[in-house]
Amino acid sequence: MTDVATHQPDSWGGFIRRALSNRSFVIGLFVTLIVVAMAVVSLFWTPFDITKLVVADRMQPPSSEHWFGTDHFGRDVLSMIMIGSRNSIAVALVAVGIGMGIGVPLGCWAAARGGWVDEVLMRFNDVVFAFPALLSAVMITAVFGPGAINAIIAIGIFNIPVFARVARAGALSIWPREYILAARAAGKGPARITVEHILPNIANLLLVQGTIQFALGILAEAGLSYVGLGTQPPLPSWGRMLFDAQTVMMVAPWLALFPGCAILLTVLGLNLLGDGISDIFDPRARRRA
Amino acid sequence: MSLLQIEKLRLKIGNQLVLNDVDMSISPGEVMGLVGESGSGKSMTALAVMQLAPVNARIKGRIVFDGTEILSATEQQMCALRGDDIGMVFQEPMTALNPVKTIGAQVAEGIRWHTRASRAEAEAHARKILDRVGMPEQKFPLSRYPHELSGGQRQRVAIAIACALKPKLLIADEPTTALDVVLQAQILDLLRELVAENKMSLLFISHDLAVVTEMADRITILRQGQVTETGDTARTLSEASHPYTRQLALASMHMPLRTKPYVDDSENLLELSNVTRDYPGRRRSLFSRPDPVRAVDNVSLTMKPGASIALVGRSGCGKSTLARMILALDKPTSGTIRFRGLDITKASDDELRRPRRNMQVVFQDPYGSFDPRHTVERLVAEPLYLLDRRLNRKERREMVAKALHEVGLGRADMEKYPHEFSGGQRQRLSIARAIITRPKLVVADEPVSALDVSIRAQILDLFAELNHRLGISYLFITHDLTVARAITDDVLVMHEGRIVERGKTSEVLDHPQSEAAQALVSAAPNLHRAIARRLQEQG
Repeated sequence: MTDVATHQPDSWGGFIRRALSNRSFVIGLFVTLIVVAMAVVSLFWTPFDITKLVVADRMQPPSSEHWFGTDHFGRDVLSMIMIGSRNSIAVALVAVGIGMGIGVPLGCWAAARGGWVDEVLMRFNDVVFAFPALLSAVMITAVFGPGAINAIIAIGIFNIPVFARVARAGALSIWPREYILAARAAGKGPARITVEHILPNIANLLLVQGTIQFALGILAEAGLSYVGLGTQPPLPSWGRMLFDAQTVMMVAPWLALFPGCAILLTVLGLNLLGDGISDIFDPRARRRA
Repeated sequence: MSLLQIEKLRLKIGNQLVLNDVDMSISPGEVMGLVGESGSGKSMTALAVMQLAPVNARIKGRIVFDGTEILSATEQQMCALRGDDIGMVFQEPMTALNPVKTIGAQVAEGIRWHTRASRAEAEAHARKILDRVGMPEQKFPLSRYPHELSGGQRQRVAIAIACALKPKLLIADEPTTALDVVLQAQILDLLRELVAENKMSLLFISHDLAVVTEMADRITILRQGQVTETGDTARTLSEASHPYTRQLALASMHMPLRTKPYVDDSENLLELSNVTRDYPGRRRSLFSRPDPVRAVDNVSLTMKPGASIALVGRSGCGKSTLARMILALDKPTSGTIRFRGLDITKASDDELRRPRRNMQVVFQDPYGSFDPRHTVERLVAEPLYLLDRRLNRKERREMVAKALHEVGLGRADMEKYPHEFSGGQRQRLSIARAIITRPKLVVADEPVSALDVSIRAQILDLFAELNHRLGISYLFITHDLTVARAITDDVLVMHEGRIVERGKTSEVLDHPQSEAAQALVSAAPNLHRAIARRLQEQG
């Protein structure tokens, strides 16, 4: 290998240039920013007031006045999507945060310690996995009362074993590498090695899993809202809108189309963003960028 | 009439010219050795012959195999050729076989595909060829999976797959590089016999001149995609008229100049007494206790400061396990290891900081021993963590710069990432990391076996120089006797977990007493001997 590439020292300028020349990062960031901006704007302003029901305007197809049409109560779909984004994103993000925040350390611990710690943690994981996630979430919210907070906790708990498994599998493939042996010969303990060597090397795995879990989180919130255990009306969420729309699918397809597109675009944007981030932070990919 | 004729082969990937006007011809029944350092285009030549070069490669020139124009052949024609008239054996026996299929299925697969034979016929054929490569059915039934076999056995299966249909041309790309010397000798014998029996031609690719000399009738030397010399093996190498050929030949026999360092050796640096390490074996049944596997068996040894000792043995003999215990990365089942008086088998993590600072390690694989996501500065500075005092950033950079300087790298290399270095440079980095704390002992696990001959010579020189200048003792773990001879005073021969022979390096290697040592010595490729034998055969 004669790969002695010309080297530029790493600086913030170079970092930003590299980030901006990465196509999936830029597109992903753009889409994500639009969604976030939408959620922020909805705090102050929406095209229509969604608490007012204008029955005369019900089930209007998209027009210059109602860009995305209106629903069966005559509420503006665009306004509902804007407000709904707050709930959907918040629930999914926090749920992923809970899953990562607890699952990743558990998985790394299991991989680092091995033996009975690994066995106990992973079998416990299997137990949590064995429960049908959505049904258990229904149970939790039914016991503790419906609402966005309980939905978040319920979805978050079922994200933990997912991240624990991914982190453990990733970490197990890194542990036998020689550079870990070298770090151990340098007297570093398991915790330090995990932070310095394992986590950066499994970060892209976790990011990809994170975007997948985010998408599932939005869907789970939608499911909970559908049975009345998630976001409470009159606050809309994307999931609620989708499920409300399905009865009138044939008459007013736009009611399902637009919230569906919103979910799709958000997930796609986050996926691209995750891909881009992992590329930017991989020094081996830098020459390509 | 030659079987394979390559004319003016030019291969470009992107802007890089990988092969530049390569000419080569192989007659039926001839063994052609293709020699060159890594990146010289050896493997790419082989892949071009199989039409398996990467899709983004642009190829010009002419390759004629047995009357077929390879470069203009359709994929369908190539599929008929590959595995039938041209067989190929790869370097890495661990990844060349499919882990989820039995060896019988993998050998029979090609036979069924090319001959349209029935399953039973193909299996009968597979049984025969496996028996021929030394894997008789009584011991290795067709239902074995690759993971149940050792490296050498897997390579035999790979050879069986390649030779099942008696190809006219066999391409072997570094087939023995991943094996120890004894296995290497066996596999080379097998290849030679198969070639003679079936009147095959063999394109034998290797970076090891001695091995090629033993195998090849003619030799082609590649350098940076260009053929520098081609001709009769023995004559080409003994005359070494081309400067590059001479350089290669000299490098592969290189012995660094060694002068004894001045160190106080009144006390032992390292003392092992009766060290044993058991691993839990496989359980026979659910309720029985697993039988332990003894990796290291009752090993005792002592090392003086400044000494350089080789630990040689075949793969799987327990060398690396022993090294890990010396480095306190693994604990022995019984026995004690004293490093400068401290028993490191019973020391706590905190007590281990001092011995750890004084012993460091260099690994075999210059690609795997660095975290790809850290800069060189951070990687080389890693052992500084063991110092009692936290260094500030400036001091740390100073020490890294100094260590880099000592191994022949520059200050500017500090900001780079490992992938920006070549294999030899990475091995220098790994030595820099090992010496940054000024250790008393460096354990080197096959430190040069993944390197090209000229780089290997440089790295051996570097080891010798550091031994002299810094008084570092070495424990070299290797199966390569040339390395042991070049750099060590004493040698320990290990076999099945025990040390079976010890003594002065030259004495043991010239007059081995134990069976294990004799096997190692007689199997070790030796360029002088190989050339002499060739010349003698030709009269």
